[in-house]
Amino acid sequence: MAINWNAFWEWANPRKFMWWTDRALPYFAVLAALVLTSGLVWGFFFTPDDYRQGATVKIFYLHVPSAMMAINIWAMMLVASLIWIVRRHHVSALAAKSAAAIGMTMTLIALFTGAIWGKPMWGTYWEWDPRLTSFLILLLFYLGYMALWEAIDNPDTAADLTSVLCLVGSVFAILSRYAVLFWNQGLHQGASLSMDAEENVADVYWYPALVAIAGFVLLFITLVLLRTRTEIRARRLHALDMRERAQQ
Amino acid sequence: MIRLFWRDITLAFRSGGGFGLGLGFFLILVTLVPFGVGPNAEMLSAIAPGILWVGALLACLLSLDRIFALDFEDGSLDLLATAPIPLEGVVAMKAFAHWITTGLPLVIAAPALGLLLHLDSAAYRWLIVTLLIGTPALSFIGAFGAALTVGLKRGGLLLSLLVLPLYIPTLIFGAEVVRRGAGGFLVGTPLAMQAGITLGAVALLPFAAAAAIRVALR
Repeated sequence: MAINWNAFWEWANPRKFMWWTDRALPYFAVLAALVLTSGLVWGFFFTPDDYRQGATVKIFYLHVPSAMMAINIWAMMLVASLIWIVRRHHVSALAAKSAAAIGMTMTLIALFTGAIWGKPMWGTYWEWDPRLTSFLILLLFYLGYMALWEAIDNPDTAADLTSVLCLVGSVFAILSRYAVLFWNQGLHQGASLSMDAEENVADVYWYPALVAIAGFVLLFITLVLLRTRTEIRARRLHALDMRERAQQ
Repeated sequence: MIRLFWRDITLAFRSGGGFGLGLGFFLILVTLVPFGVGPNAEMLSAIAPGILWVGALLACLLSLDRIFALDFEDGSLDLLATAPIPLEGVVAMKAFAHWITTGLPLVIAAPALGLLLHLDSAAYRWLIVTLLIGTPALSFIGAFGAALTVGLKRGGLLLSLLVLPLYIPTLIFGAEVVRRGAGGFLVGTPLAMQAGITLGAVALLPFAAAAAIRVALR
């Protein structure tokens, strides 16, 4: 069956985007709230304490999903930036802009929860471990990206320049990720939720973690739609303002 | 393009001390460090590779906004963009001129400053080699950052926020080479990685920078 790609792009037409998000947003919001609460409540209150880490293991339900989102949101921004460069789709550029602040918050959550967990477990809030350092660098990339958006008045220029920065920044973010491996050996445990790993986290922790991750994804979708709607409205206001000034 | 290169170098030499500024900053930074951490020779010798690399990085950063800002203000960047040479080539030449006027003096001065910091004698060779290989990457990455911020009124601070995270891989490998050199270990791997970053930056970033300049001139 041939997919009609034109029909697909039509969903991102600003007016149509506003129309369908207006209807879809409440569902996403309710679903996000439900899934996130059930995942966290399940994780916090209905899983046993770990035999070595005690109750501190439960911060894992905030730490892992937020860390995953922090990386995936940057990837989403990369895709949105590419779509903007190739197709000049305004909604795409605005979605990338709205995602940046959420991604930065996720990075901060991951860093803070990690620090809180690290104090009793590793005996330190901060360690120059490759994973921790990569996240700090990721935070810097988010900051630079957002600062560039703020600094440029013309929205199209800002979209163009931030897209280029996002592309170049992605390459350097990946480079930094592997460069820090070179620079210091890690204290952080390896990936414990991979599909292909031999030893994973036990199922009692694994299922609530999955629900929490789904909750974080839904939360992100809700927030990014909401913020993109705000950006579109701000752009419309700006256009109205300009038109009125031109008439005077 | 060759003429553009000489023009940039001549301008850097003549326009009111812009040339020596980075070098002076490097010297001051290296002088300040012992005041901050104490004159203990062993400690200084241990942190010397990192200080020298961070100093070179910051000294490079200082003169980045001069790459395009002056030409943008007086309109010569518009002329260069419409000239019958590719804008990518213009960017590459200007970044190269920036390296000659900022990076190369740093490379030459670094051993003398290493002496001040009691750098291990085995490390001098690697300090020069790694700075020689790494500083072109600093200039080209910096030219990209300068191109992003060229049209902005208060671009200076933003420029450092954008460019410094991009410098991290270069810094890691550069300082690692010197540290390993000081310890008498093999330096091949980090050196090769750093050379790879430099070559990649020189080959690809002029395109990104030229794209950013076209947007800024639109």
